[in-house]
Amino acid sequence: MIAEIGLAVLWMAAALAVLQLFAGFSALRPGGKALAGVVRPLAVMQGVLVAISFLALIDLFLETDLSVKLVAANSHSMKPFIFKLAGTWGNHEGSMLLWITIMAVSGGVVALVEKRLREDTLIATLAGQAFVSLGFYAFLLLSSNPFERLPEPAPEGQGLNPLLQDIGLAFHPPTLYVGYVGLSVAFSFAIGALITRDVGPAFARAMRPWVLGAWIFLTVGITAGSYWAYYTLGWGGWWFWDPVENASLMPWLAATALLHSCSVLASRNALRAWTVMLGVIAFSMSMVGTFLVRSGILTSVHAFAVDPERGSFILALLAIYIGGALALFGIRASTVTEGERFSLFSREASLVFNNVMLCGILGIVLLGTLYPLMTEAFGAKVSVGPPYFNPVSAIFAIPMMLMMGVGPLLRWRKDKPSRITATVAIPALVVALVLLAVVLMFPSIRILPMLGIAVGAGLAVGSWLPLKGRNLRRTPFAVWGMVVAHCGLGVALLGAASESAFSTERLAAMNVGDTQSVGPIALKLEKIEPVAGPNWTAIEATVTASYKGGTPVTLHPQARTFTSPPGERTESALHTRWNGQLYAVLGNEGDDGRWQMRFWWKPFVPLLWLGGLLVAFGGLLALIGRVAQDVKRVRVNDKIAFRKTQQDMLK
Amino acid sequence: MSSNPSGGIKPKHQRLVLIIVALVALVGAGLLAAYALSNQASYFYVPADLVKAPPEQGRAIRLGGMVEKGSLKTRSDGITIDFIVGDGKARVPVRYTGITPDLFVEASGVVAEGRMEGQTFVADNLLAKHDENYVPRQMGDMTPEQAKQVVAETQ
Repeated sequence: MIAEIGLAVLWMAAALAVLQLFAGFSALRPGGKALAGVVRPLAVMQGVLVAISFLALIDLFLETDLSVKLVAANSHSMKPFIFKLAGTWGNHEGSMLLWITIMAVSGGVVALVEKRLREDTLIATLAGQAFVSLGFYAFLLLSSNPFERLPEPAPEGQGLNPLLQDIGLAFHPPTLYVGYVGLSVAFSFAIGALITRDVGPAFARAMRPWVLGAWIFLTVGITAGSYWAYYTLGWGGWWFWDPVENASLMPWLAATALLHSCSVLASRNALRAWTVMLGVIAFSMSMVGTFLVRSGILTSVHAFAVDPERGSFILALLAIYIGGALALFGIRASTVTEGERFSLFSREASLVFNNVMLCGILGIVLLGTLYPLMTEAFGAKVSVGPPYFNPVSAIFAIPMMLMMGVGPLLRWRKDKPSRITATVAIPALVVALVLLAVVLMFPSIRILPMLGIAVGAGLAVGSWLPLKGRNLRRTPFAVWGMVVAHCGLGVALLGAASESAFSTERLAAMNVGDTQSVGPIALKLEKIEPVAGPNWTAIEATVTASYKGGTPVTLHPQARTFTSPPGERTESALHTRWNGQLYAVLGNEGDDGRWQMRFWWKPFVPLLWLGGLLVAFGGLLALIGRVAQDVKRVRVNDKIAFRKTQQDMLK
Repeated sequence: MSSNPSGGIKPKHQRLVLIIVALVALVGAGLLAAYALSNQASYFYVPADLVKAPPEQGRAIRLGGMVEKGSLKTRSDGITIDFIVGDGKARVPVRYTGITPDLFVEASGVVAEGRMEGQTFVADNLLAKHDENYVPRQMGDMTPEQAKQVVAETQ
């Protein structure tokens, strides 16, 4: 019964989306004002209905209703509760339903709270949102119905891929999805503003919280995904430039550029066409990302649920939406009037510079990701990895990060170089000194990590300088957010460069009782024994590790064997110190009874993820600041309007 | 605006300058990427191709084929293995130091990432046939004949 309700409600929501599109369209035509009032309620209702449908699917998974095909294929009655829950979106159909749920609910929220935008622009935005979601409704209802019943209920479910039975991964895809779909709202705003020729500060202010929110989720998602790859794959790496990783990085790069140009538009009324264009690009990158992940067209260590046919559906949607949006942009771009001017030496100019650099990196990542597809058309099978991505993206990333030390110090519109030279000298000196120290002390490390350490240190210090001369108590949240996020990027870069420069590795075959060392750490294999979990058994090693002769700590790397469905997974063990991380992996038993063990000592690697979280936290501060500001503005406006009516009545 | 901050530049010209800057940067990125890609992309080989047209030494490539039965040997350090990858037409000796994937066994398919050093392929990473549902996609690149062999060997 629950499954039927879920499906029925989903169809109703799709019908409402059709209505929303047509009502929105006719409301924008002359004489169609009658329908203008229904667009907002329709969007809200649509959000509520889809949310009910998604809750129905969650309920089916929690109860393990094996008469539903999707549950039988992806769940198991013996699975722990949290993975039953995560199983809802750990598959193609469920994740598409999650996608459309987030999309419809955010459309509903826009309809409920957005009051600053011109009414016709808002209606156009909601019509755009309905148009985008209709494609996904069609996809879900026609080709991948999550509520399909089996003719005969299955006796038992097939379980969830062991690699996916991980608490981090249970919440990683939905985090990224929220980010992807948040950008769809930005896309709809861009379309709405283009349709009504209303590209201005009000549009940027309405769009900004959505871009910020999406960007925060993408940042958290990428950081968490990188940590997941780091400790689950057991390869010691944290970023492989894998298509699936690039699929999440590209929207992030576009969203970062959009976020900054949006700020320029909101506060300075400049970069109008540019911001609209980035709004279109950012969502295109989300769609490209989804397409790459879902179609399985590219080899990936992360790809699980892949199906080429579904890929072509997403490709068709991509062509319709992005092609349509670009055509609209082409027609309307000339009617978007020029914004305010700024000089070559101003904050706007520095933001433009970094926007261009971000787009450069985006182009490089996109080309590198798609290159294997292009060559395959000519019969050559290639893969592209770190030797391409690292140096080529650094050519754009390093000037960008240097500019991040200068830009926030500049005034809007026009500034004099002499005003900031003394301040900029501080991070410049840090960069120079750190670079000198690294070159002298560790001449053997490669050039990129060297530059990374120097620039990262300079950025981590220099990012605080915009606070100089400000009253810290009265500094707006948005400024704090910028400072923290920029500092976080510097910290992350320091961690990444240090990992790449100073990691040491030890591979050894060990008997119980053998000792080894990696970097400053002495290791001893104490014992190897079997252990069991709820749906797995494992061989577990007990290793003691002592840093420079200090008190030993115990690590338990495992090799797990899962029962439903059968599969194996290495479970690496980590020990984190303030100055680095020890990483231990248990391998196979050799013919002579010795166990393969692999250890890494990675100095300062946790800074990488700490930095990522700082970036996200900075975004959160800025979001809180902006929303509080908006709420205040609305209150003040209401009060003014209220007084005005009172005065009118007195007259 | 009473003052003109950009020294006489009209808004229209400023927009033109912005467009040109963005285009130059993007085209630059594209050219750079194209140049780097043609040098850095790693090609996929089967043993027959590798023997017929050997790539230059030290260049990153990938090798896919079957691990020959009885060829897998562990060296005395316990972590370095030698084996032979074949496709029925040619055989290539492979050396790998590290922990092998769970389903890496003789007479089964493998994709190795690494480079040629002399006549030996030195692998940095091995991707083994996982299970029925999660096959590394490179496996799909094998000829039907090889695929048939993989299926026959693993059943």
